[in-house]
Amino acid sequence: MTDTAVPAVEAAGIHKRFGSTYALRGVDLSLLPGHCLGLVGRNGAGKSTLVSILSGILTQDAGQVLFDGQPAPSDTAGWRGRIATVFQHSMVVPSLTVAENVFLGSQPGKAGLVDWREMRARTRSVMAEWGFDVNASAPCSSLTVEQRQIVEIVRALAAGTRCLLLDEPTAALERGAVQRLFERIRQLRQSGVAILYISHHLEEVFEICTETAVLRDGELVLSAPLAGLSKDDLVTAMVGQVHHPERTHQSPHPSPVSPAVATRAAAAAPGAALTVSDIALDSPGTSLNGVSLTVRPGERLGITGLRGSGATTLARIVAGAVAQDSGTVRLGDRALRPGNRADALRSGVGYIPEDRQADGFVPLLGVAENITMAIVDRLARFGLVSPRRREARAAPLARRLSLVSAGLGQPVGELSGGNQQKVTVARALARDPKLIVAITPTRGVDVASKELLLGELDRAATAAGASLLLATDELDDLAICDRVIVLVRGEIFTEFTDPPFDRERLIAATEGMGAAA
Amino acid sequence: MSEPEGRGAAPGQTRERGTSDAAAGHGLPRRQAGSRASAAAISWIREAALLPVLVVLLVVGAILNDHFLTVSNLTGIGQQTAALGVVVVGESLILLIGGMDLSLESTYGLAPMLAAWLIVPVASFGSGTMLNPYLGILLLLAVGAVVGVVNGLLIVKGRLNGFIVTLGMTILLAGIQNGIVKGQSPFNWPPAFGWLGSAEWGAVPVSFVVAAAIFLITGLFLRYHRFGRAIYAVGGNLPAARAAGIKVDRVRIWVYVAGSVLAALGGLMEAGRVSSVASTQGYGEGLIFSVFAAAVIGGVSLRGGRGNMVGAASGVILLGLVQNLLDLENAPNYWIDAIDGAVILFALILARVIGGEASAE
Repeated sequence: MTDTAVPAVEAAGIHKRFGSTYALRGVDLSLLPGHCLGLVGRNGAGKSTLVSILSGILTQDAGQVLFDGQPAPSDTAGWRGRIATVFQHSMVVPSLTVAENVFLGSQPGKAGLVDWREMRARTRSVMAEWGFDVNASAPCSSLTVEQRQIVEIVRALAAGTRCLLLDEPTAALERGAVQRLFERIRQLRQSGVAILYISHHLEEVFEICTETAVLRDGELVLSAPLAGLSKDDLVTAMVGQVHHPERTHQSPHPSPVSPAVATRAAAAAPGAALTVSDIALDSPGTSLNGVSLTVRPGERLGITGLRGSGATTLARIVAGAVAQDSGTVRLGDRALRPGNRADALRSGVGYIPEDRQADGFVPLLGVAENITMAIVDRLARFGLVSPRRREARAAPLARRLSLVSAGLGQPVGELSGGNQQKVTVARALARDPKLIVAITPTRGVDVASKELLLGELDRAATAAGASLLLATDELDDLAICDRVIVLVRGEIFTEFTDPPFDRERLIAATEGMGAAA
Repeated sequence: MSEPEGRGAAPGQTRERGTSDAAAGHGLPRRQAGSRASAAAISWIREAALLPVLVVLLVVGAILNDHFLTVSNLTGIGQQTAALGVVVVGESLILLIGGMDLSLESTYGLAPMLAAWLIVPVASFGSGTMLNPYLGILLLLAVGAVVGVVNGLLIVKGRLNGFIVTLGMTILLAGIQNGIVKGQSPFNWPPAFGWLGSAEWGAVPVSFVVAAAIFLITGLFLRYHRFGRAIYAVGGNLPAARAAGIKVDRVRIWVYVAGSVLAALGGLMEAGRVSSVASTQGYGEGLIFSVFAAAVIGGVSLRGGRGNMVGAASGVILLGLVQNLLDLENAPNYWIDAIDGAVILFALILARVIGGEASAE
């Protein structure tokens, strides 16, 4: 860094408090043009608050935001010209066209009238200049997640913004799209755009960022160029003293798998816990063409594949959340009714759904009520459920998962993302399942909680003699599995039976390359 | 600095990259021009989803009744539905921002009632103030504006639920409408006050021309004015509109005001057409159900962000044609409501079938 360079964006001594909680305590951050800063931290470390303040959505209690050395403008429009944020939640208006979303709120034209021709032409020229290719006249509702993200990036570029803030941009992208995004970020960076990159995935930060800043409990604990830092250094900074040092020195592909696993799998009873035969489904986006597999009692089977490969859909069929066109799902020797979640639940299939916001819990209800939701029939006496009985059942589960809440009555909507996910896991465990179906259970969960969640899934499976079906595209999660099946375009492509699984070969297999041994 | 160079060097390579990306299968179809044309065609078909239905209705009507396809009958329909149409424009705007306003029906009754009460003599159930009719029309519009401002402030700034606020408002306003005249119907006003609803230019009713102009102007405004586009953005994704620097609260409040002023204007048309203001005008006749039915049949989404004036107008015309046919065919009086309801349900289903997933919600 040269002394003369002026940071594109600079935060100086930012303080922010919500009620009695400090979200940020004197955070200093600066980002030079052409650099990419990876902002990392555990859930609740203050990342979201900092993003909101830098985007001009929240106002800080103390401190200052500077753009190119100038104090931040006070009006939204002026602010938007300096920094643009691509939020986790899509900020496009689905009913409007691409061109209009690019110029949302700042359409070209005279006297308030919108010049549609000019707007489309300018959208096309910005797209062409930066190498994007999305039809300017298409309605945004017809776009893929990746294309919507492009629309948001192009919106920023069209406004002349040379500072981009990307908040978990890869969360909803499949792997190929992630690579294309990284390519674009590099290209933007080379053109002098400053990028603030927020992610849970440390390997992404290492792949595309030039420097990093680590937040912990609202304080900036590390700010340095990435060269010379290791993943362990970052994890240590994120977690602080709480983290056990031996864990940070695990290999990059940690595998808790010990010889015990192999023997346990081998010693398992010969009868299969789960038998899936010839599942076929034809639906827009995903199709399955006659998939068959078995899971032995106590076995932990991973299913992975690209978005659209059918991996998550297969898991949802097993859980009874989606009905297959043909084929059967058997638990033990009982055939489950297709698409009947209640039947699957009664038969002993615990389910951790992919979208916890939508399917995982009821935000306004308390922790205990959410955890016991699937076992109300067992708790109720003549249809009545006493809160005490409920809490008595929920408490041990909450304790086992180290769920942090202000009490078992606290509405789940008030908890942090990681704790919300623990509630959905606890709910799946509550009914002593024979099989747990988990779909990307660690999405949006920080590194330390990830290990805890996976460990708990693992332990629950072992303790209850339950099998685990884990569908995920987070390859690190597969480390807890005994066996991994890779789906490509609705068919089983290959199977990995020897943990630890090689990350490169897994990636290759999901792309449909190279048969595994 | 070196920025321009970097930028200048980039496009050559990157355009290639963009192309290969699309070829890799994630992009839109390569035949962009073709798809654009067909996309436009599809959106036009959606907008005009009800046109075939209207044509069928006209044909059926002509077969059933000789009088149906005559100029005098059609202009009659135009005059009868003009008032409803103007209120539908107002409600559509409010639906587009993702709101809803039940009180438009009461504004449609109270605004002309208050004006008429102040204009006409005591003998024809007025207050005796003998207000100038032109001032009366201004007052009528002002009543609409005030109701809109109050609704808008309570809903947008007060963060109260729009359904409940306008439900309370509609009952309050209807009560005032009934209370000031003790259930009587003021009549016998100077021609100026009734002109909009009753006058004709040649064979064409003025109210029809004015309503058509309001549809046209609102449609163009929604399509080509930044404020009109902001309405779609606010209704389609409010956080996105806010992040884009659109003054979201201001847009929403103004739309409530515009909706109520249009409702008041519709009330003036209706009063002129029937030459008196009944204490039941609006709320008492359950106007709001027809208003919602016309808007939703016409493809204006109750969830906000989607819909246009072509659709809303065809929804109004459809309801008007059906009503007229029932009148002409002397449909049994006691059964008219049942037939009306069945037609609305049928039209909704049809709009869903023709317009696809997104319509009629």
